[in-house]
Amino acid sequence: MHIPDGFISVGTAVVTYAGSAGAIAYSVRRTNKELHERQVPLMGVMAAFIFAAQMINFKVAGGTSGHLLGGALAAILLGPWAGTLILTAVLAVQALVFQDGGLIALGANILNMAVIGVWSAYAIYELLRRALPGDKGRWLAGFISAWASVVLASLACALELAISGTSPLAVAVPAMGLVHMLIGVGEGLITTAVLAFIAATRKDLLALRTQNAGGEG
Amino acid sequence: MSSRWWIVGLCLALVVAFLSPLASPDPDGLERVAEDHGFISRAQEPWYTLIPDYLFPGIRNEAVATIIAGVVGVIVVFVLTYGLAKAIAKRRPTGERQT
Repeated sequence: MHIPDGFISVGTAVVTYAGSAGAIAYSVRRTNKELHERQVPLMGVMAAFIFAAQMINFKVAGGTSGHLLGGALAAILLGPWAGTLILTAVLAVQALVFQDGGLIALGANILNMAVIGVWSAYAIYELLRRALPGDKGRWLAGFISAWASVVLASLACALELAISGTSPLAVAVPAMGLVHMLIGVGEGLITTAVLAFIAATRKDLLALRTQNAGGEG
Repeated sequence: MSSRWWIVGLCLALVVAFLSPLASPDPDGLERVAEDHGFISRAQEPWYTLIPDYLFPGIRNEAVATIIAGVVGVIVVFVLTYGLAKAIAKRRPTGERQT
């Protein structure tokens, strides 16, 4: 759901740039406090993987495709602050080098996918994990939080389109929401599969974040 | 923790980039909504193009152009994020770094 230039108004662009700049500044501060040196290469690998995975569009219904956003995956493995920085780096390279997502719309794209997508996934995952312990709980919480993060990001996008006068709210919200409820299933499946793969090969990576945060969770 | 594991991770990202020609060419969720509801024409051309549409310019074979674009992107994103993370971790007072 990379918004190209032309879809959002100048006012919406300014507000979303300001919002994402604030969120990035806060994420830098928190990452500075919490990031373990061992996580530095993992951040690079995570960003590279998400970039590559975002290139793989999968078919959903009716001649429509979707691709992984990766916000939930990054948030679950590295926390919301590092997750925001990872997704911001991916979106910035996509806009600057690949002309995927507009430069004026970059603030909105960061706000939707790197902030709302990542933070909502993290909050939902952490809440669900309290009720759902164990590996099965991890997969279920991973799936649901990934699904919800895509839907919430798409609703934010719909809201921006409506505020910009591009599409009425009553049209944009159900249209964006419905198609992303389908795409979100793919997001959930891929996120869960990657978590299961990491659990099978490098289980210590799943505990890395909670260890650093002081052992909670 | 082994110091080489992240090289394996990076290779996995490159493997995914090599699979990118298999991606569905269908419009994504937002493009579909924009087409169905008549605002796709509002999309503006980019100000400049480097590697537009994930096709490395000057390569006739589309699959090869996609793979090269993917590999370039994976490397650029990795280097940028690694550098950024390293810089952010470095600004921390040394006393706060433990095991």
